[in-house]
Amino acid sequence: MAKHHTLSVLVENKAGVLTRVAGLFARRGFNIYSLAVAPTDDERFSRITVVVDVESKPLEQITKQLFKLINVVKIDELAPQQSVERELALVTVRAESGTRSQVIELVQVFEGRIVDVGHDEVTVMLAGHPDTIDDFEDLMRPFGIDDVQRTGRVALPKLERQAPRLRSVSGKVG
Amino acid sequence: MKLTGAQALIKSLEMEGTEVMFGLPGGAILPVYDPIIDSSIRHVLVRHEQGAGHMAEGYAHVTGRPGVAMVTSGPAATNIVTPLCDAYMDSIPMVVITGQVAYSAIGSDAFQECDTTGITMPVTKHNWLVTDPQDIPQIVREAFHVATTGRPGPVLVDVPKDISNQTMDWYWPEAVDLPGYTPSSQGEPGMIRKAARLIAESRRPVIYAGGGILKARAAEALRALAEMTGIPVVTTLMARGAFPDSHELCLGMPGMHGNYTAVTAMQKADLLIALGSRFDDRVTGKVSAFAPDAKIIHVDIDPAEQGKVRRPDVPIVGDCRAVIEEMVAAIEAMGGAAAQPDRSEWLAQVRAWQRDFPLHYEQSFEEDSALKPQYVVEQLRDSTPDDTIVVSGVGQHQMWASQHWRFDHPYTWVNSGGLGTMGFAVPAAIGAKVGRPDRMVWAVDGDGCFQMTAQELVTAASERIPVKVAILNNAYLGMVRQWQELFYEERYSEVYLSPDLPDYKMWAEAMGCVGLRVEHPDEVQAAIDKANEIDDRPVVVDFRTDSTEKVYPMVPAGGPNDAIILDPSQGEGGR
Repeated sequence: MAKHHTLSVLVENKAGVLTRVAGLFARRGFNIYSLAVAPTDDERFSRITVVVDVESKPLEQITKQLFKLINVVKIDELAPQQSVERELALVTVRAESGTRSQVIELVQVFEGRIVDVGHDEVTVMLAGHPDTIDDFEDLMRPFGIDDVQRTGRVALPKLERQAPRLRSVSGKVG
Repeated sequence: MKLTGAQALIKSLEMEGTEVMFGLPGGAILPVYDPIIDSSIRHVLVRHEQGAGHMAEGYAHVTGRPGVAMVTSGPAATNIVTPLCDAYMDSIPMVVITGQVAYSAIGSDAFQECDTTGITMPVTKHNWLVTDPQDIPQIVREAFHVATTGRPGPVLVDVPKDISNQTMDWYWPEAVDLPGYTPSSQGEPGMIRKAARLIAESRRPVIYAGGGILKARAAEALRALAEMTGIPVVTTLMARGAFPDSHELCLGMPGMHGNYTAVTAMQKADLLIALGSRFDDRVTGKVSAFAPDAKIIHVDIDPAEQGKVRRPDVPIVGDCRAVIEEMVAAIEAMGGAAAQPDRSEWLAQVRAWQRDFPLHYEQSFEEDSALKPQYVVEQLRDSTPDDTIVVSGVGQHQMWASQHWRFDHPYTWVNSGGLGTMGFAVPAAIGAKVGRPDRMVWAVDGDGCFQMTAQELVTAASERIPVKVAILNNAYLGMVRQWQELFYEERYSEVYLSPDLPDYKMWAEAMGCVGLRVEHPDEVQAAIDKANEIDDRPVVVDFRTDSTEKVYPMVPAGGPNDAIILDPSQGEGGR
């Protein structure tokens, strides 16, 4: 994950904005690792949390090009140490009678919840730090994972005791 | 006051000061064409929508005001994509209005429907799909604001037919509402002082002036900077005319077909002062070998250009004119011209290159002598007023025009730089002439380019727009032929066009123009004089030029600029 950076992009809540952002990544040769979009408490704006692969291009070019989009209002680069990052996953895993109790035990260790139960499998919901979800996936794999759906991460800056260390990228120009 | 969306749209364009627009009507834009009859805006009816776009670009190039084009939906919108992309690459302010099928029909594959905003998203600075007639004045205001501020560029407003027909309450917005768009123009003072110090330390500086100088109306500021510091200036293809060619500090055009001195001075420089230029691959050649000893001061209004290609030592984000003026003030505060180091050795070196490796061609006047295209350009240059506007397409003729013309005034050179759009010249020249009817406008075009958009001469003839076109007719797609000769062992693949098919003289006359033909160098002057006398209709002169003539100097694509190739008669170069 060292090659990945999380950007929190505040955009105007207008039709086609996601296309503009995604299209920009594609045509400038930037790679998106994950993407989550939802409205904010202010209905005029949405927040796109995008994890970018900075091996493809320097982060600086990505943020500068993003800034040029008229609908992009603000970009914060969220450093892992200075932000709260969470992701939600739904995992359908094999859980036949012989292994079911082990699966349930692990779900409890990870503070997940079983949200659906079938004859031979269960669907687990797990919310947590993306690394935790990676670990959970690893541990479930031997039982046989049928399906995984992750939301992509969302993030906000950590509330620090002193001033928040939220690096705002400056130089917004059209 | 109740207006229809269509009326509001035209009224909004009037409010923005639109004097002229270029367009062609059709189904989805029909409602908007009705109020044009009663509008103060002049409408130029084109023969192909691509022409409308390039005319708007030509108009914007020479006036500095945004060009406006209006076309219908579907195929008309796709036809104007090329000019949008062209304007995007060259940062030309342009506002394009397209019709769209009724909002209620969007997504149904209706007749002449296409996803115009989707298609044009990558080639516009921004675009809008109007979904409520009440939004029209606000959107038009925002569109002009975005097109003309910051780094200029094209925008598009897509207007569904039912929106045009619905009524709205007229208003004119007092302000734009774009929370995500706040272009800054003032450079950071600390950086400007740092730049001034770097200049004062430099022994071999070169000013690398780009198209941003012209966009920022900074030609005078540039001249003040160059004269105060005595630093020589190269003007890129997009900046020809931004600094007078006849000025003793002007080195002319750098790059792939730049002159030896401009290219080599940049290579040997210890400091490049990049002003509104973007380190385009046609200028840098192989980036890792470009100006290897030079520190970089980079002034650009677009922060994304800083470090995109070459990391600057001093990045300054701001409007070129404002920053250069501040820079001049900072240098003055440090002692002005007197505090600049002795650069006589550097200037002597530059003079020596200019003396030893000038642009070169040979025109002979025997009975069977072939006409050299460079000779045509130079005769044109010497037979027209100083402030003549020259417009070119893309290819050999473009390079010869840029090399051999003498640009002494800003906004006298119009061409397609970044995108390299063949067929640009004829419509762009028409747009330029509409914008500057007081000026003589000559398109220097190639025979390949001319055939792509020549039909717009019908527009020019019917609208009485007296442009002049010099076709450097070498019967080939000449630049491609040149590359095939030099890099593909003279295996000529699909580049021959024929000098006689079409018959350019007859074609011109069929389009309501005067057609002339020149086959021998002795006939050039008379034809130019005759063309210059005609000012009630367009003129086309078919100059039959030497097919084998090549553009030199030349840096092979992707090669280092040190590998510049001179005209073979000039030997190996001076290193």
